[in-house]
Amino acid sequence: MSGEGSPTSSPLIDLDGVSFAYAATPVVEDVSLSVDSGEYVAVVGPNGSGKSTLLRLILGLEEPDAGSARLFGERAAGFDAGERVGYVAQGARDASSMPITVREVVKMGRFPHVGFGRLSADDWAAVDDAIATVGMEAFADRRITKLSGGQRQRAFIARALASDAELLVLDEPTVGVDAESVAAFYDLLDALNDRGITVLLIEHDLGAVTDHAERVVCLNREVYFDGPTEAFLDSDALARAFGATAGLVADAGGSPASEGERAGTASGLGTPPGGED
Amino acid sequence: MTNPLLAPLYWLLSAWSWLMFRLAEVTGLGLLDYPFMHRALLVGLCIGVMAPLIGTFLVHRQLALIGDALAHTAFAGVAVGLFLNAVLDFGVSPYLTAVIVAMIAALAIELISEVTDAYNDVSMAIVLSTGFALGTVLISLNAGGLSVSVDQYLFGNLATVAADDAALLLVLFAVIVGTVAVARNQLLYVTFDETAARVAGIRVNWYNRATVVLTAMVVVGAMQIMGVILVAAMLVVPVAAATQISRSFTGALLSSVVLAELAVLLGIGVSYYAEATAGGVIVLVAVGIYLVCVAAGKLREGRAEETEAPELDAMAADREAADD
Repeated sequence: MSGEGSPTSSPLIDLDGVSFAYAATPVVEDVSLSVDSGEYVAVVGPNGSGKSTLLRLILGLEEPDAGSARLFGERAAGFDAGERVGYVAQGARDASSMPITVREVVKMGRFPHVGFGRLSADDWAAVDDAIATVGMEAFADRRITKLSGGQRQRAFIARALASDAELLVLDEPTVGVDAESVAAFYDLLDALNDRGITVLLIEHDLGAVTDHAERVVCLNREVYFDGPTEAFLDSDALARAFGATAGLVADAGGSPASEGERAGTASGLGTPPGGED
Repeated sequence: MTNPLLAPLYWLLSAWSWLMFRLAEVTGLGLLDYPFMHRALLVGLCIGVMAPLIGTFLVHRQLALIGDALAHTAFAGVAVGLFLNAVLDFGVSPYLTAVIVAMIAALAIELISEVTDAYNDVSMAIVLSTGFALGTVLISLNAGGLSVSVDQYLFGNLATVAADDAALLLVLFAVIVGTVAVARNQLLYVTFDETAARVAGIRVNWYNRATVVLTAMVVVGAMQIMGVILVAAMLVVPVAAATQISRSFTGALLSSVVLAELAVLLGIGVSYYAEATAGGVIVLVAVGIYLVCVAAGKLREGRAEETEAPELDAMAADREAADD
């Protein structure tokens, strides 16, 4: 797509028939997914549909029970070229109380390059560059806990940029971020994708997905849809995926809290996709 | 204890003592007239560096309790040393056995947490009480054969810092400071964001193991003055104080060391002249410093809100970015 000119011929992400279970509960079943360099892919699905687990499998944080997960052609669980992947967690995740500035966070992006050594002038230049790219120069020396959710997420993107990541993996990055900042955040992601950086994100906000991603993967334990965003809008994949969850809840007799959570998300996501524009 | 490998350490100790005698002449401070105070001050100064240094990597991961758990297992290690000395006539420093037992316990805690995927306070509490129970049982079994009171291990004592134990502390200090100096990048990454560190290719489990083993070393090193019961405070209180007044990680690390040194020196001085137990005084001073830092932090925050309202500022900047 927009990553033409990339020399990589093998896909960056390659899941083949991956299944995974926590204890005896299957979370991901027989999922195959291949993402090429330069793609912009969004994974959607109800809460508890295995999206985050899928990310963990892709990143090699979990080993599949069956099938194979490969990252940049290597076995994901043994992948150690960490500088090629940037990971951004949920925005609303409890921010660490740790006193640390934006620049110190972004600096971590260089750690895979310098190992035990000190950052060179070039490393610092990469840090400053990354901070400038996300438009956070004015906040570089601010304590990160004092920033808004949107700014914090931009700092984490900058950390990935500082490490020269070719693949950005984001887990619901805009949860707890106000609407205007979300728009700015997605503009930034678009710009980075235009520069050839591959983007894979989990997103609950369907409007953002349809506005920005080129390809949608709809997941509820299994893949219900995998294709261009326009085709996703015309399909009934979402309804089928959520139907499957309703069945799951009934089967598992889930706790009231988790049922409520699921129901809440379902109603949020269940609005006609086109209607949000 | 005539190990030639330790000779440089003893030379270092006597050089330090010489320096302190000179300082006593210049300042006229009575407490510097005694060699045991020289050793106590040296141990105190080392604690002031290594405790907050390691504490920083614990406090920000909600692992403050681990120091306490390890201190209590270190007490079991002390009991093992006393037992070996009394029954088998080993002549080993109880602090040495304490280091070994605490390091084993540290690895056990870490491995349990790796298997169960969580540090949980229940298992930590179990380790804590098991260590202490084991220590008291071993000591009571040998009560007849023991001439040493366990008070010095429980509460610490300025006057009983032996040259051997001071030398052991210097070794621990070098290992701790050296390891943090080498692995500071990785330790910072793992502390701040373990998942991202894992993705970045850092062997998180190894750094976690290193952190708990270093914690065990700090605990035993600091036990000589602080005692089992209060040692964990030095890992936690100066770090918590620095967090209140610092913006950056580097700044917090440096100020936690400065605040810890302040607590140690003031505490030793006050305890010497007031004839109070040093560990307790040091902790009270540290807590006093913490309270001042909390107040200073709040004051500064209030003033910052008055002048620039950072949250609104932040939102305005987001909006600007959105308009671009």
